[in-house]
Amino acid sequence: MESLAEWLRSLYTDYGINLVQFYDEFERARLLRGMWITIKLSVVSIAASIVIGIIGAWLQTSNYRVLRSVTQGYIQFFRNTPPLVQMYFFYFALSPLLPRVATDYGTQQPLLSSFAWAAISLSFFAGAFNVEIFRSGIEAVPRTMTEAASALGYTQMQVYRYVVFPLALRIVIPALTNNVVNLLKTTTLAYAIAVPETLFMASQIWSDRVNVLEMMITLFVFYIGLVGLLVWAMDRWEKSLRIPGYGQ
Amino acid sequence: MTAKPLAVLPVMARPPARSAAGDWGLWDAPKRIFTPRVLYGLLLAFGLCVLAGEAYAQFGGQPRLGVLATMQKWLPLILFGPPGEIGGFTLNILVSFLTMAIGTVTGVVLGVMQVSQGLIVRRIAWAVTQFFRNSPWLVLLFFAILLLPYRIQLPGGFVVPFPDWIKAVVGLALPIMGNISEVTRGAINSIPTGQWESSESLAFSRAQTFRLIILPQCLKRMLPPWMNWYAILTMATTLISIVGVSDSMTLTQQALAAEGGRGELLIPMYLLLLLLFFIYCYPIARWTQVLERRFAIIT
Repeated sequence: MESLAEWLRSLYTDYGINLVQFYDEFERARLLRGMWITIKLSVVSIAASIVIGIIGAWLQTSNYRVLRSVTQGYIQFFRNTPPLVQMYFFYFALSPLLPRVATDYGTQQPLLSSFAWAAISLSFFAGAFNVEIFRSGIEAVPRTMTEAASALGYTQMQVYRYVVFPLALRIVIPALTNNVVNLLKTTTLAYAIAVPETLFMASQIWSDRVNVLEMMITLFVFYIGLVGLLVWAMDRWEKSLRIPGYGQ
Repeated sequence: MTAKPLAVLPVMARPPARSAAGDWGLWDAPKRIFTPRVLYGLLLAFGLCVLAGEAYAQFGGQPRLGVLATMQKWLPLILFGPPGEIGGFTLNILVSFLTMAIGTVTGVVLGVMQVSQGLIVRRIAWAVTQFFRNSPWLVLLFFAILLLPYRIQLPGGFVVPFPDWIKAVVGLALPIMGNISEVTRGAINSIPTGQWESSESLAFSRAQTFRLIILPQCLKRMLPPWMNWYAILTMATTLISIVGVSDSMTLTQQALAAEGGRGELLIPMYLLLLLLFFIYCYPIARWTQVLERRFAIIT
């Protein structure tokens, strides 16, 4: 470990390659904290967006026209407006409407942090796509399945829960993977509202240490690695859910 | 005496259906996209926010411009930028056009390279495509903004300036290039191999087959995803505000700052900006869906 740091330091003194973020205690801690925030933000938003997708797809099959219209309006609005402006809208326009809370040391702070607003806005953004994805999955389940299930005495809710949803989930995983990868890349927008995620921390490091190119390459490696990990995990999940003999 | 062909080529799309619902002519599009329902929805949402703002403003006590009047005052700036220069929403659109042009040309070349017969070319094109597809847009944008020179010194003493918004165009074109490359590869691979084989039996060379038979069929298949990427790109052009280009996002925030932190303006102004993009992108999305349905292959 010590020799690695020594070698990285010599890279800087001999060749001018400044990889300070790996051997300097302080910079490394900053970068790791940023990466941890990125991972946390991604996991929270992915989970929430999938929940929104499932609820939205269910609402779209509702018998009430108003519910269907509202869901459709939500989807179209969030799909056709820039995610960055959505985030600003949540953070700068909606956040002041909430009450402020007192901290232990007597000052006031907003009820929700910028991290929470980033998670909320990203979830709504990706959720709009997920609704469409789940809806298409539900539509792809053959009608004969639902008919057979109701002939066996399942109620409508049970048909949805035990027959339609498990099959739809298996159909939508590839599309879902695309969307969550996109969401993971979109978490960088949280930079704009000062969430201390990877890009934000990296920009601080390159401002302090003037090693833009080295930091950029580190960022690329990190994000592509994370995307690769996510795709691998989704792939594993898809394989583990596969029903032998069904599909393919 | 010429008989009409009974069917188009089997690989081609279904002939445009002129059903009872009718086909979409070019000029029908506005009527069908902004149906009364969509328009009412937009107006209702917007009206509610403005009303809420107006009501809130009444409590302030001081005589000042109403919310609607304030928005009217700033709208020209947000749309067209400061007088005498290109900015605001116009700049967003301009950047999207330029970026799409650069991204499409480079992307198609890269996509064709992905199906090249040379193994090394194919591998490199694949790696480049994956790299630019899977990197976050904002990181690529920072990459272009911070690492491109602000001007290029040409040998003849010419100096080509590289203002920030040009660098932003380059930065946004990179992910578009990666994605269009993938679209191109997908389209080429979706053409049945029978097309290649039969043109080979008709003595077309590989280049001729590609240019005269494969690519024309690809164009049609690439159009819907291409339009989809254009819409995504247009929305992504707001990212350039982060790196300091005065697009509609920057100008909206400056207008808000100039009004001196009036709380009741925040929601209507940001909503106005969202609506601008919605009005531009929603028709594209709808039209894409229509084309997708029309070009769908009968199975």
